[in-house]
Amino acid sequence: MEACSISNLKLREFGCEQSLLSRPDGSASFIQGDTSVCAGVYGPAEVKVSKEIYDRATLEVLIQPKVGLAGVRERSQEQCVRETCEASLLLSLHPRSSLTLVLQVIHDDGSLLSCFLNAACMALMDAGLPMSCLFCGVTCAISADGQIVTDPTAAQEKESRALMTFAIDSTERNILMSSTKGSFSVHELQQCIVVSQKASEKMFQFYRDSVKRRYSKYL
Amino acid sequence: MFSALQDRVGQILLPGDEFCSDTDDTISLSEPVKSEKLVCGPGLRRSGARLLVCKSGVLRHKPPNVFWIDCQQRRYVPARGETVIGIVTAKSGDVFKVDVGGSEQASLSYLAFEGATKRNRPNVQVGDLLFAQFIVANKDMEPELACIDSSGRASGMGVFGGGGLLFRVSLGLVRRLLAPNSDVRSDLEQLFPCELVVGLNGRVWVKAASIQQTLIVANLLQSSDAMTATQRRQLFAKVQQGAL
Repeated sequence: MEACSISNLKLREFGCEQSLLSRPDGSASFIQGDTSVCAGVYGPAEVKVSKEIYDRATLEVLIQPKVGLAGVRERSQEQCVRETCEASLLLSLHPRSSLTLVLQVIHDDGSLLSCFLNAACMALMDAGLPMSCLFCGVTCAISADGQIVTDPTAAQEKESRALMTFAIDSTERNILMSSTKGSFSVHELQQCIVVSQKASEKMFQFYRDSVKRRYSKYL
Repeated sequence: MFSALQDRVGQILLPGDEFCSDTDDTISLSEPVKSEKLVCGPGLRRSGARLLVCKSGVLRHKPPNVFWIDCQQRRYVPARGETVIGIVTAKSGDVFKVDVGGSEQASLSYLAFEGATKRNRPNVQVGDLLFAQFIVANKDMEPELACIDSSGRASGMGVFGGGGLLFRVSLGLVRRLLAPNSDVRSDLEQLFPCELVVGLNGRVWVKAASIQQTLIVANLLQSSDAMTATQRRQLFAKVQQGAL
């Protein structure tokens, strides 16, 4: 693997705020550069009989775009986020109940899916739901000349040849979910995975710091 | 594992953190081997020889061997033996349905009141507030409440209310209020006399001498949720001086 592509790993400024909403059981907003997402979690709550699963909780993810109604793109993003959350949450500890995760786009400036994932993880953590591990999302773009750009802006996304988003877990840095667009070689995919895993370490350190700040009052 | 846990007491842990049992420790032949017993509270989970953290929060320890994660969550998950404030939502035959804020409504038998018999039914109406204890609470069954203890006495439980105010705070604040020698409670006691019913499900009921005082206590408690001890004392002192 090229050391240079890893050493010049760049993420935009990111920030997070937990329990900013009063009504949901857990909430968080996550900002990556100009991309910003607000997440709210409700649950474990009562579940509709038609959606009840007898041995685990039903997880529902709703993505609200900035304007208009959710379309096909949002549905596919919902599925990506839901499957990642299902992999890390211990849903069998709350059978026959429902968890609802609402993600509201505040502003989209590239790497939206990874911002969804990060906001979702912070909100689930804030709600105190049992999780086996944390996860974070990292987006990589491969530009026309083969350069890997992590956490691209909307303009960089538009110019790129391929775009990939990975969800990475905190214990073994495994890939929980991947969503790709465009054409790339196997070698490039491997490179992007390594770069994202490297970037995830920064994210997990940030998670730890921001939870520490949140609980500093109660120490 | 015990010493590793003890080192982290008071620190922030996140889901995915784990503790391994130190199996490769040297075994001394002279002393009898003490098996280390650990009691895992909320937020900790055993998986084989490892101990996994599944909630984010502060690791707490109660001697000799109880560990748990202190988490600021807002949704209540019923646990056996905990006392909660419930709202009666339905009367059906010989059980009442009670909303306790969990994922399912709890059931309460009409015989689970002090002095209740088949002839002598308790006077409970839909909408009443109840202070009750969980006698059955697990993830697979419907939770069940009772307003009597094991000796058949009410011991403070049963229908209450009338003239007070019910509101919700975080589960962390409720636990801090109920802790022995709680500093929040002792700060509050210095303000004005009030009746306080605190359920572990995050519901608090307050009644003071006047409606104004009731509202002040309610607002103080709700705002002290997100305050440090010094901030809270300053606020309480301000109120005591009459800056209302």
